Amino acid sequence: MTETIADSPPPDLLPARFAAWFAGRGWCLRDHQRALVEAGAAGRSVLLVAPTGAGKTLAGFLPSLIALAEPKSAGRLQADGRGLARRGVHTLYVSPLKALAVDVARNLETPIAEMGLPITVETRTGDTSAHKRRRQKIAPPDILMTTPEQVALLLSSREAPTLFGSLETVIFDELHSLVTSKRGDLLALDLARLRRLAPGLRAVGLSATVADPGELAAWLAPQTVGEPRREAARVTAPPGASPQIDILPGEARIPWAGHLARHAIPAVLAAIEGAKTAIVFVNTRAQAELVFQDLWAANEKGLRIALHHGSLDVAQRRRVEAAMAAGGGPHGLDAVVATSTLDLGIDWGDVDLVIHVGAPKGASRLAQRIGRANHRLDEPSRALLVPANRFEVLECRAALEATAAGAQDTPPIRAGALDVLAQHVLGMAVAAPFFADDLYAEVTSALPYARLDRATFDRVVDYVATGGYALRVYERYAKIRRTKDGSWRVSNPQVAQTWRLNVGTIVEMPMLKVRLVDDRKGRIPRYGGRILGEMEEYFFETLTAGDTFLFGGEVLRFVALRENEALVARARGRDPRIPSYWGGKFPLSTHLAARVRAMLADRGSWGGLPEQVRDWLELQAEHSRLPQAGELMIETFPRGERFHMIAYAFEGRLAHQTLGMLLTRRMERAGLRPLGFVANDYCLGVWAATDLGAAFRRRPDLLADLFDEDMLGDDLEAWLDESALLKRTFRNCAIIAGLVERRHPGQEKSGRQTTIATDLVWDVLRSHEPDHILIRATREDAAAGLLDIRRLADMLARIRDRLRHVPLDRISPLAVPIMLEIGREAVPGSAEEALLGEAAEALIAEATR
Amino acid sequence: MTRSAPAIVVAGERLEALPSGAAWWPAEHTLIVADLHFEKGSSYARRGALVPPHDTLATLAALEADVAATAAARIVSLGDAFHDAEGPQRMEATARARLAALQAGRDWLWIDGNHDAGVAVDIGGRRAAETAIGPLTFRHEPKPRPEREILGEIAGHLHPAARVRVAAGSVRRHCFAGDGRRLILPAYGAFAGGLDVASRAFAGLFDRDALIVHLLGEGRVHAFPARAILGLSPDGTARRPTSR
Repeated sequence: MTETIADSPPPDLLPARFAAWFAGRGWCLRDHQRALVEAGAAGRSVLLVAPTGAGKTLAGFLPSLIALAEPKSAGRLQADGRGLARRGVHTLYVSPLKALAVDVARNLETPIAEMGLPITVETRTGDTSAHKRRRQKIAPPDILMTTPEQVALLLSSREAPTLFGSLETVIFDELHSLVTSKRGDLLALDLARLRRLAPGLRAVGLSATVADPGELAAWLAPQTVGEPRREAARVTAPPGASPQIDILPGEARIPWAGHLARHAIPAVLAAIEGAKTAIVFVNTRAQAELVFQDLWAANEKGLRIALHHGSLDVAQRRRVEAAMAAGGGPHGLDAVVATSTLDLGIDWGDVDLVIHVGAPKGASRLAQRIGRANHRLDEPSRALLVPANRFEVLECRAALEATAAGAQDTPPIRAGALDVLAQHVLGMAVAAPFFADDLYAEVTSALPYARLDRATFDRVVDYVATGGYALRVYERYAKIRRTKDGSWRVSNPQVAQTWRLNVGTIVEMPMLKVRLVDDRKGRIPRYGGRILGEMEEYFFETLTAGDTFLFGGEVLRFVALRENEALVARARGRDPRIPSYWGGKFPLSTHLAARVRAMLADRGSWGGLPEQVRDWLELQAEHSRLPQAGELMIETFPRGERFHMIAYAFEGRLAHQTLGMLLTRRMERAGLRPLGFVANDYCLGVWAATDLGAAFRRRPDLLADLFDEDMLGDDLEAWLDESALLKRTFRNCAIIAGLVERRHPGQEKSGRQTTIATDLVWDVLRSHEPDHILIRATREDAAAGLLDIRRLADMLARIRDRLRHVPLDRISPLAVPIMLEIGREAVPGSAEEALLGEAAEALIAEATR
Repeated sequence: MTRSAPAIVVAGERLEALPSGAAWWPAEHTLIVADLHFEKGSSYARRGALVPPHDTLATLAALEADVAATAAARIVSLGDAFHDAEGPQRMEATARARLAALQAGRDWLWIDGNHDAGVAVDIGGRRAAETAIGPLTFRHEPKPRPEREILGEIAGHLHPAARVRVAAGSVRRHCFAGDGRRLILPAYGAFAGGLDVASRAFAGLFDRDALIVHLLGEGRVHAFPARAILGLSPDGTARRPTSR
């Protein structure tokens, strides 16, 4: 919402008091803001793609403010005209974060107050009091600001038709971040229901730049089965100033592997010192903890550096955010080390530098993070990329080039998940009895479900009703029943209540609170101690008393478990014994992978790389070969008593893990005696007891057979059948679909067993009902997520007949990083880091001898 | 650390731990199972959680396999055979028939458990609150009295499970827990969960130095001493509350 140059609006577009308000602030209406006002006047749905700082939110709300300011809209009557004229909500605003909804509501108060507009704005989140929520249903505000979960809850209520019957506009903020998740699926279904309640409804999407804006525009528009895809209008604001991105120069020695960037800590501190407030982004919580600890260990100037990640206590996070808002001032901060918890959210004016430690993973993701620095459109955001190892140097370089080229690699919108659909179907029955034909038409008007066939929909309804089992024994316990008129209705009020308690698509891992206690007197205090935050229960299950680990920036010693809490004490020393899980959630994007691959193949592009990285690649060219575009290079070499194979596939860790699982099965069958494998974002390493190089030379077809696409057929099925991996995915699906209830806080204390463990349910379901709808949902979910099947399939198709075997007599320079990751899971603290360094030196000496 | 399918000795009697979770007492041709929890699925369905109804059939199938493999002359069920007192009435006709077929020609003994003591219909076989065969006493809940006073108790009820550390992380499985004086069997039912032997419910039940757990594996069981169990405090007292 800052000044800009644009010609004055035509007088009829902006009412006088708006024009005066703009003029009073010294602002002009920007082109994209004008376009949105026009779309509003014409009642059109619209997608606004705009960079941070472009006045996106104001643009989204302007049409509603103008409409509500006009006297004629003040007396809107209920459609049914019953009793006293009541107004429903005029504009619904949906944000992925409740903090953002609250913040935007506050920002909206300024123009409303300054122009003296008769408009009420309220928020509704999980924190809103029951009293206020009740009141909002009876006397709703003109503009309601909320989250996707609250929309689902409101739509299931009896008041939904009156509340939303006169809804004119729904605004989705940060739409790009919502649509690729199950949350987006549920929201799409809710949009379809809103349209049914208010047929003329206008949907407005606010989004950062994405790879395929047409997809987002279609998400906003109602679809019809069998007809061409419909899209909302699109408005694109001009990009802001290009960001100024630097890669930390490689004067210090760049490690071969690892994600810590310890070598760069002094340079990171210097960069923080030169900025007002910096955000130091990392990829995982464990990385955040370690980088934070390293920064403080070297923080001789006493810079004010804080930590922010999803496991820390909420109050602690709020304190950090408040300090961020205070900027670099006396109560502010110089830097905060953060994970994706700060990717989205409210604007902090004083952040003028983003430091990205570790792999950027994707161009769009990096651009989004960089946009967190400086919210002024006309000034470049400043960013510093800090690669933690040599492959990450290549990845940072590729990301920098991609950003300069404006390339985007946001993931495509997937087909809507069936577990989400099941939750929605029951929610709609909770709202009011429904006819299957009507609900099917409504559901398929949502883009993610536009291709849902009727048979699958009916199976989902059947699942919701009686569990959808071939054994029809649960008819008498049905959650919804078909009545004489053919409509489906909820069997009893308990069903509705349970649904409300379990709404939403975000499934937390079972968590334990982390409580700090003092056990120095040799006994554990019965009460007291500060809550530091919470961590996954499974983490503590592997610990024994005395084990030390990092949390909240300090080394803690595990004392005991009590109820649903993990008791910990402060530990001496700074080296935790238990390493943390390193794997980030996001694999390297296809786009960045292609750029890294192209860079490796083209010596001419090496000019910008640090000398030690260039030397590394030169050594690779000399001792082995550089992987070329379009091929899959596979090195084989003996080492110790094992025989190694490295496949440079560049398809991201998840796809490589799946490839590793399937490939080792096939190698086993081919008599190659595989012993294990390791995957990172760039390649897959497999080791075996048989001389792989010799076997591939002896049987020229063997490699092609091993990498044949048919591995995604029976081998995949066979592996999935025995894999424990799917149990985790099934748990999420079962909770979202309402098969089992969420574990609510406090239930553990009662000691009562409230649900059957989902892995037991999975085993029974898989062996007795392999075609069950939730088995299908689980497989589809895993294929798109944990297993990354699509990417693997694309790669296998691409490299058919383009396998390049490079037999070597010893490890190659390019193979050193992946070889160092073997057994890396168990590498704690700095002593081991030093050992690792030695191991690395030994390996590289061996490679270049 | 693991040994292959070992015998478990209780009060001098030799029993075999089967990977299904049943114990086989060759000297008496007796198969012992605990906590079958038949009709647990339908019990949940009745309260609105429509989990699969196949748990009874899955449990029966496992039992049929064990009976066929051992040719047992006697079956002892250590209680909680049904998840609730109305379980038998909800059991489908095919399942009832399969259960009856298993019972035919064998001595079938139901020990009452806290879940199924209220069963009021005929479910075949004999019923008892507890029973003794030779030096062994069969009951549902292990007696809480000091462990030295216990000799030869075979019990269920607690659904023992244990987590042990392995090369990459840790593994948790249902298990047999015994110290030579007492043996607690794992829950046999398809939907029966496990409770950590490190939890409070097991406090004081075993002589920690003699405690051995047999974790159920694929086609075999794996024995571990108490010191390999994650979360078991040095004095053998428990630290976790009930959470199955």
